Amino acid sequence: MAHIALPEGLPGISGAFVFRPETAKPMRELAHVLLHAPSSLTPGERELIATYVSSQNECYFCQASHGAAAACHMGEDDVVRRVKTDFESAPVAPKLKALLAIAGKVQRDGKLVTAEDIERARREGASDLEIHDTVLIAAAFCMYNRYVDGLDSWQPRDDGMYAQMGQHLAEHGYLKSSQR
Amino acid sequence: MPHIALLESQPGIRGAMAFRPETARPLNDLVEVLLHAPNSLSPGERELIATYVSYLNDCHYCQSIHGAVAAAHLDGDEELVHRVKADFEHAAISTKLKALLVIASKVQRGGKHVTAEDVAHAHSLGATDVEIHDAVLIAAAFCMYNRYVDGLATIQPRDEAMYRERGKMVARDGYVSVSKTYLPAEPVTR
Repeated sequence: MAHIALPEGLPGISGAFVFRPETAKPMRELAHVLLHAPSSLTPGERELIATYVSSQNECYFCQASHGAAAACHMGEDDVVRRVKTDFESAPVAPKLKALLAIAGKVQRDGKLVTAEDIERARREGASDLEIHDTVLIAAAFCMYNRYVDGLDSWQPRDDGMYAQMGQHLAEHGYLKSSQR
Repeated sequence: MPHIALLESQPGIRGAMAFRPETARPLNDLVEVLLHAPNSLSPGERELIATYVSYLNDCHYCQSIHGAVAAAHLDGDEELVHRVKADFEHAAISTKLKALLVIASKVQRGGKHVTAEDVAHAHSLGATDVEIHDAVLIAAAFCMYNRYVDGLATIQPRDEAMYRERGKMVARDGYVSVSKTYLPAEPVTR
């Protein structure tokens, strides 16, 4: 049971969003800009960053739902598993590996990101905007993960549910239908 | 020097927000609801939670500016802000706020550290579900803002007078209103 009276039957962050719509709105908008709106990083790449950070933070709901969204964008789920276990050897672009290294540092503490980490990303072709968005995606998932776990929200073990959720997120993004 | 080309005239999160106004807008809307909008927790109490979490994350800019906003809400009582950071259990704040600070500090380490006992303790001291929700989300959100500010290596001046001045302005006008002084008026084209 969740720590506070969240509406029943809504998994993970969805129950918290219904409980407090005033904070849900900017949180949805932020996720939408970072993960779904047009960007030089593909939605699949951005979802992989979100999934990796959520996996480092051990948030079951976030890594399952964003992992499913990433798999839907990429057309396969093996790459998602490989990024979570060892992204340096995963079949993803060298630029994305450099960005994942930055995201992994931010997950622990922003101050761990070094000039060398940034140089590596630039050398692989990352723009300032892509580096900015990587830092903010990693930082934002340190929020979403703590929010979902800190309220002890309901996080079902149900692969089918996450696959469906991932497909919906990949197709429609993060805004409520009334916000789109 | 910041890791990416941020305006050096805008310290801390302001430089990052001016660089990317599309994400600045929801970031400001969120902090406005959490810290400035009407709430059964006073703005001073909520700023103390934000300051304490930023202190635990060792983010100089965030703990300085939110400490200054907190002091501005608390009749300029900077000593109380220092006491909360150093040892909140012995600071002159309500027992309810102490229970919420315990929850916030657990969330700072990881949401799964919050126990049913922590929440029952806060409830027993009069905290409502919305107040517990907001304490959790303020702590979670500052784990984002702190990492954003430090992860880009933004400019973080050691200038208490600057934070004090800015803190008064934010306490009076709120985050969204003040953001208009550093965000571009027109949407950016990319």
